[in-house]
Amino acid sequence: MSEWLENHLPKVVLAPSFIAVLIFVYGFIGWTAWVSLTRSKLLPKYEINGFIQYERLFASPRWDTAINNLYLFGALFIVIAMVLGLLLAILLDQKIRVEGVIRTIYLYPMALSMIVTGTAWKWILNPGLGIESMVQGWGFTNFEFDWLVNPDYAIYTIVIAAIWQSSGFVMALFLAGLRSVDGEIIKAAQVDGIPTWRIYTAIIIPSMAPIFLSAFIVLAHLAIKSFDLVIALTGGGPGYATDLPATYMYAMAFSRGDIGQAASSAMIMMLVVFAIVVPYLYSELRAKND
Amino acid sequence: MKRFAFATVSTLAVMAGSAVVAEPQAEVLHWWTSGGEAKSVAVLQEEFATNGGTWTDMPVAGGAGDAAMTALRARVLAGNPPTAVQLKGPAIQEWYEEGVLADISAVAEAEGWADVLPASIAGHMQCEGTWCAAPVNVHRVDWIWANADILAANGIEMPSTWEEFNAAAEKLQAAGVIPLAHGGQAWQDATVFEAVVLGVGGPEFYQKALVDLDPEALTSDTMVQVFDQMRTMRGYVDENFSGRDWNLATAMVMNGEAAFQIMGDWAKGEFLAAGKKPGEDFLCASTPGDGYLYNVDSFAMFNVEGDDNRAGQDLLAKLIVGPSFQKVFNLNKGSIPARTDVALDEFDICATLSAEDMGSTSDAGSLLPSYAHGMALRGAQAGAITDVVTAHFNSDMSSADAVQQLADAVANSY
Repeated sequence: MSEWLENHLPKVVLAPSFIAVLIFVYGFIGWTAWVSLTRSKLLPKYEINGFIQYERLFASPRWDTAINNLYLFGALFIVIAMVLGLLLAILLDQKIRVEGVIRTIYLYPMALSMIVTGTAWKWILNPGLGIESMVQGWGFTNFEFDWLVNPDYAIYTIVIAAIWQSSGFVMALFLAGLRSVDGEIIKAAQVDGIPTWRIYTAIIIPSMAPIFLSAFIVLAHLAIKSFDLVIALTGGGPGYATDLPATYMYAMAFSRGDIGQAASSAMIMMLVVFAIVVPYLYSELRAKND
Repeated sequence: MKRFAFATVSTLAVMAGSAVVAEPQAEVLHWWTSGGEAKSVAVLQEEFATNGGTWTDMPVAGGAGDAAMTALRARVLAGNPPTAVQLKGPAIQEWYEEGVLADISAVAEAEGWADVLPASIAGHMQCEGTWCAAPVNVHRVDWIWANADILAANGIEMPSTWEEFNAAAEKLQAAGVIPLAHGGQAWQDATVFEAVVLGVGGPEFYQKALVDLDPEALTSDTMVQVFDQMRTMRGYVDENFSGRDWNLATAMVMNGEAAFQIMGDWAKGEFLAAGKKPGEDFLCASTPGDGYLYNVDSFAMFNVEGDDNRAGQDLLAKLIVGPSFQKVFNLNKGSIPARTDVALDEFDICATLSAEDMGSTSDAGSLLPSYAHGMALRGAQAGAITDVVTAHFNSDMSSADAVQQLADAVANSY
């Protein structure tokens, strides 16, 4: 008996969470996939009706806007946050005096919820309250900064707020990566008289490749599931100019009683996540097998 | 405490008096949680208790009812719906089609609802001929509110046509006043849009376009004109309107920053709360054109088990439409009674005007449901139209494109 327990204890301990994940993640993914093939309106129905919800989804200009916004927001957010994070990390890595304090300051925005970030930036960017009105108050009456209320630029305000929130976190990731690079190699390079910028671009950064991948995965999933920031900052507006797939899905499921449509948009969001995560998992697994 | 004691005593009295009859129970799901609204619900609660019932309050705030609807969905799927739920318009029919609404025809017939409610409003309360919901109030949506001092200072009358409105707006703009206080949220864009549809196209066109969703009406030249007017009005709002809440827009009219606001009569509550007097400090009129757009709050009655629950449901329905509740509730909420036989002596001039117009438009057949407030269309269709309206208002989309998108969006919403 005790031998059996010894052999099987890990499985027994893991079983509850395994079952929970099986039901509440994969089970409900399956359920959503099923519902996305039906004409469910107010309540879920289970008669399969083909791909009608997906046809409706791709015919909707609002979904177009949402998915384009996701690409635009995702690309800018991930690239700028990583570049900025890396830059901050490198600057902090120069053995400066109050590093601990500065690191904490840059990391702080991460402690705020997206709702707080969104609300604060809404005030800062509001032309009647924030930067525009302040600079105009200084006498520069021609100064204009109306991105928040301009449908063509509103999506960039979300990028700004999201970067402000996350680049400190990326910095911390990279800083850990920089510190993990073998000091001997760097010293050897310095002895050889290689300039500092070359040391970074040719030695340190390439050896941090796994950190880049982790940072990318963390930022990408933040971008795809972005919801609260949009709700707090622009409410999806002006019009629906800053809608993202997550806010689209929420509107369909909870405001419009169109559950089938919401389910189909959720499935597409999941496919986008898969498109990013599956290659990552594949490369990870392959690296282990080698 | 006193109220509680009173309720308990009267409950006990009823229990003692008729041990056989079940004690009325009602669990009521609603999202009237803010100031005046909460006070209005308390009136009903009190009356219910006075009549021997036990009220279980289930307020779910948030998202203009979205949160409450999510709670309702969970309760219905679990097979345990509340007794009565704050629902309105076609949503009542949608829930009826899910087979979960109760039949309260016995109460409705005993109380003669058909005789005291305007026909088109009574229609919303019936599910395939049986009564399934009780109306609480009538909000008029197609109101235009104005700052009396600004109009007087600029020599402007309340506009009775959209041309007059445009002329007045030009004049105000030249004088440095924001002509139209507006909040750039989708539902507010839709509120203005439906007033313009009614004014520019007339009641028949409104019926065809926004109630019957006739594709010809949706793509007609009249609809192009409607979008043209929306584009003109986009020029009359200040540049900072995006995302503004409606009550802040009302405050702009109150403070004299802006002259007009197009908004339902809940805006009146804001004026009154700030101590402004109708007819003196602020003016109310229907938006240019004929007709009347209503937004009727109601309680839908769900299928519940047990005699005590069913007794509670019947009592609740009777009280909601009863004249005393209709009067007190609507005095608190700023709307008017759904019953046409309630004396309006204590109501202000805006409410009296609203009630008069409701009577006359009901006879003329131009008493119409508001699409922007979920009375005319189901969620998916109304949402599809709102998407186009708000996209047009917030971009430089041409009217012709907007009309085409409107027809496509409606066709794609089923």
